[in-house]
Amino acid sequence: MQTRGHPNRLGIRGWVGGGRWGFERYMYTLHRLSGLALLVYFTMHIFVTSTRAVGPDAWKQTMSVVSGPLFTMGEYLVFAAFAFHAVNGIRLGAIELGFAVGRPIEPVYPYQTSVGGQRRLARAVLMIAFVVALWGGLDFFVWK
Amino acid sequence: MAGSNTKQVTFHLRRFEPGKDAEPHWEDHSIEVTPGMTVLDGLWKVKELSAPSLAWRSSCRMGICGSCGMLINGRPRLACNTQVSELGSAIVAVAPLPNFDIIKDLVPDLRPIFETHREMLPYLLRDDTAEQEDPTREYRQTPHELEQYLQFSYCIKCGCCMAACPTVATDAQYAGPMPLGQAHRYDSDTRDAGFDRRREVLAGGSGPWRCHFAGECSQVCPKGVDPAKAIQLMKRQLVSDLLRLRRRTPPAAVAEAPHGTMRDDIPAAPPRTVTEA
Repeated sequence: MQTRGHPNRLGIRGWVGGGRWGFERYMYTLHRLSGLALLVYFTMHIFVTSTRAVGPDAWKQTMSVVSGPLFTMGEYLVFAAFAFHAVNGIRLGAIELGFAVGRPIEPVYPYQTSVGGQRRLARAVLMIAFVVALWGGLDFFVWK
Repeated sequence: MAGSNTKQVTFHLRRFEPGKDAEPHWEDHSIEVTPGMTVLDGLWKVKELSAPSLAWRSSCRMGICGSCGMLINGRPRLACNTQVSELGSAIVAVAPLPNFDIIKDLVPDLRPIFETHREMLPYLLRDDTAEQEDPTREYRQTPHELEQYLQFSYCIKCGCCMAACPTVATDAQYAGPMPLGQAHRYDSDTRDAGFDRRREVLAGGSGPWRCHFAGECSQVCPKGVDPAKAIQLMKRQLVSDLLRLRRRTPPAAVAEAPHGTMRDDIPAAPPRTVTEA
């Protein structure tokens, strides 16, 4: 699009530039970042498992690299990202089908918004994601 | 002399003079603020006392025209609708609405949203052109049918929702909450028959599927329009239509002529006091 003045689009700053309203903006940002993290993980996963096709030695060598504590921590973070992304994805799917946002209402001050209407659902998503991530953490680091 | 009710407040203003400044910069102006003074009143005072070239856009001063949308202390708001005292700060930072090009100082270029709004066909689309050009009566609509779009019809096109939306911040192709909300306003009007035509406009990357419910548009809307709700309900309509679950009804017909007898005890209108020249 042709620029008609001094450009003032926020870009990536716009993802985190709010924060004085609701936490849904942060959930929006976290959903995008966790999605990107999962994409990176899948790419790495395909690369790592493809070394099996090269031969047993290459496979063993790759596995020795990725079985260190740093990669274990990375895998756990991917699991936590998956927990949030999956549960929040269900919330977004439900909202996009018009659930939890309410019906159109007469706007009378102080205004009630659909964001407030789905707030309990958003809190429930955060709690479920936290519990799943906690359970995963015990499985990764305590129960092994 | 400062009264007991006045307070010294610094207006921290984002300035940009096209052709002179390479980048916008901040400028501080200290003024006395009285109770009830709005940010718009403060800007007028700054202009009067220390920054005569300061530019912004405003008109009605009562939150109706949608001209004075600005980024005030980090949040998109109407300057005429925001009292300095409600900000609870001795510094009032005012910048032009983000996500729009800056024409000068606090004046954003809102033309892109007006163009996108126009693309959404924001008017009743019907076949009875003759009736629309020369109406005989109103179209029939129940109060319940009115409620389905009334909230969204309060939009004043101020651009605050577009400035707050994180998707608009990164995606110049996304239509944004204002135009999409207005498309749904007409899609949910029982007098309208333009759903199929608007669906073609909404298809693709610029449509409602780019919205991931950050909800900021609804939080900042100064009129309680709730564009995020409109966009989600629009998605529901589109999915229902795809699955052939959406009930297709013809647009509301013209109301019938009232029948019955005219009361004979209605007094005649008084004679005209002003005659046409």
